Amino acid sequence: MESKSILVIVRHPPHGSSWVREGLETALVGAALGQPPTLLFSGDGVLALLAQQQRGALGQKGSAAMLEGLSLYDIEPLWYDQYSFESRGIDVEQLIPGCQQGCIAEMIARHDVVMSF
Amino acid sequence: MTYALMVQGAPYSQQASHSALRFAEALPAQGHRVATVFFYHDGIYNAASMMTPPRDEPHLLERWRALHKAQQCELLVCVASAVRRGLLDEGEARRHGHSHSTLEAPFELTGLGQLMQAAFLHDRLITFAP
Repeated sequence: MESKSILVIVRHPPHGSSWVREGLETALVGAALGQPPTLLFSGDGVLALLAQQQRGALGQKGSAAMLEGLSLYDIEPLWYDQYSFESRGIDVEQLIPGCQQGCIAEMIARHDVVMSF
Repeated sequence: MTYALMVQGAPYSQQASHSALRFAEALPAQGHRVATVFFYHDGIYNAASMMTPPRDEPHLLERWRALHKAQQCELLVCVASAVRRGLLDEGEARRHGHSHSTLEAPFELTGLGQLMQAAFLHDRLITFAP
């Protein structure tokens, strides 16, 4: 099978929908196939990177535990878009460990396949 | 070129599946074809076998079937997304003790690995999301 680089972009917030979880599951499957994707959080997706999140009242599985385990599958660092980050008033100290700032345009240009969630 | 499409929007609720169909149907005129359509998230409802829209609206299920026939594309449905939302083929229905299935050929239940494989195999992967 031809090998291609994959960028997974998460652009939905971590609560209220299953987007983040389903995006992360896709990234994990890529890693299981020996192709750990690059993972980028953009828009409201950056909110998933805030530390100390609990699962909500809806009984949906939270995404926080999944995010912490991603480095075990060589999905690291967790990239975030600086503009999305600043426009939501988030501070670097509020993030979980392992996050790094990235440039969206450059990352999209550098990957063969982009999947958006 | 061969294309893979990922459809994440529910039929009739959002534009995603309508746009994906229009895109796929337009490919042969440009010398291309769609090889794989992967339904994920709420997109799995495109495969609901009892979909019965009013007569004056596009019948999306029939359009997917026609697309499959015209371009020999595979119609893959994420099994984890589908089963928890109530879309089961005969095998899954039996396994979970249901009396009948809600998804049938040419749609197939598959895993996310198939989405990756489609991304690796085909020239382009296009996401249609709400």
